[in-house]
Amino acid sequence: MSDIGERVKKIVVEHLGVEPEKVVDNASFIDDLGADSLDTVELVMAFEEEFGCEIPDDAAETILTVGDATKFLEKNAKS
Amino acid sequence: MRRVVVTGLGMVTPLGCGVEPTWKRILNGESGARRIESFDVSDLQTKIACVVPRGDGSNGSFNADQWMEPKDQRKVDDFIIFGMAAAKQALDDANWHPESEEDKCATGTMIGSGIGGLNGIADTAILLKERGPRRVSPFFIPGRLINLASGYVSIEHGLKGPNHSVVTACSTGAHAIGDAARLIALGDADVMVSGGAESPISRIGIAGFNAARALSTGFNETPEKASRPYDKDRDGFVMGEGAGVVVLEELDHARRRGARIYAEVIGYGLSGDAYHITSPSPDGDGGFRSMSAALKRAGLTPSDLDYINAHGTSTPLGDEIELGAVERLLGNAASKVAMSSTKSSTGHLLGAAGAIEAIFAILAIRDNVVPPTINLDNPSVQTAIDLVPHTAKKREINVVLSNSFGFGGTNASVIIRRLAD
Repeated sequence: MSDIGERVKKIVVEHLGVEPEKVVDNASFIDDLGADSLDTVELVMAFEEEFGCEIPDDAAETILTVGDATKFLEKNAKS
Repeated sequence: MRRVVVTGLGMVTPLGCGVEPTWKRILNGESGARRIESFDVSDLQTKIACVVPRGDGSNGSFNADQWMEPKDQRKVDDFIIFGMAAAKQALDDANWHPESEEDKCATGTMIGSGIGGLNGIADTAILLKERGPRRVSPFFIPGRLINLASGYVSIEHGLKGPNHSVVTACSTGAHAIGDAARLIALGDADVMVSGGAESPISRIGIAGFNAARALSTGFNETPEKASRPYDKDRDGFVMGEGAGVVVLEELDHARRRGARIYAEVIGYGLSGDAYHITSPSPDGDGGFRSMSAALKRAGLTPSDLDYINAHGTSTPLGDEIELGAVERLLGNAASKVAMSSTKSSTGHLLGAAGAIEAIFAILAIRDNVVPPTINLDNPSVQTAIDLVPHTAKKREINVVLSNSFGFGGTNASVIIRRLAD
């Protein structure tokens, strides 16, 4: 897993309080990791904070899995 | 109307996590006051508070992880975590864990708070100013709202009956228990999880109450001496934090399931001072009328009272005004009634105060003991009422009245009696 993937995973584990081994690329935040709609808003904010980038609402709506987040951030991360 | 009894108790206080650890220290005459260490107090007039002892959960310490998932703790202010802890204790104590849809719908929540998420509001205001609106958490609002103590408890335990909350400053806990008892009496619910929770200890909380000249400022070096109701050296209340929750239940419902019954809620009175936003009316008429209303509702006379758990916050004005109102109420019965302020030990838990004090009233009945008013070295006025200085006193107690008065001139009195057929 890329460095960005590891950092994404760490944030997801912290915010959703889930086992690290469940945080795999195709895991859906809502269906597999127990997040609700507010959790996903907060996750996106945490990604923005960690990676120094802005994630517009229309992009945020396409980030449904751990892999989606990693892919988006590999392209857009500024830090 | 249907009769309402108490079948479960739970609390988190500056004297410990749990009813028995707190009660033991109350009866020992201990104080929960200490120097504030969680934030800078160097420029605050008041540098002390009655702080919940955090720890690993042993020896009566409070370990938040035992009561709420760490991921959820981050989303809420402490009053919600305290409320969750006290509610879980009370439901376990009552052995009431509704599973059928019918039982769930018959069980409601009414946990209030005086101020709610003050800390989170202050921190988020700074965040908004420094970093802008995009950094404000989606949990900012639901983690600060006063009724979310009830909300979280309802969700955690699947309680689908009335989901309500009270906000009447320092009368909150008493109003919550009184109002919840009425919902049961009127048939809106069979069981109510009811009380108050508060987490006001913060720079903005201390600064605000200091500005209102409400807090003790003269005992920063001897915090355990600061809360001294009725004593001539008292100079304001000591802020406390925590929660108190009771399980109230319709009498026959409790009997049918063989629940242990602590006591019966038999009287509840409410009144307004219509005088001033923070000062009680000097003639004490508001408190007098709320106590009188509670007695009328209970069908008792003043001489039936054995013990009064006073509002008694240790402010220069309030203590004597309440005492005057109680003397007026009791008349010739004054010499046979004991009245103490457990705030001398716990400090003032604001919206949780009335709830923990109702629990102390219940324990006074259970154990036939009056908790003391500690630090009462030199009463500022003479009275025929036994103010129970320094040490707890054994005596037969069957009927207790608990007073709570709040900013805005709001008053509540609750009367609890040993269960009699």
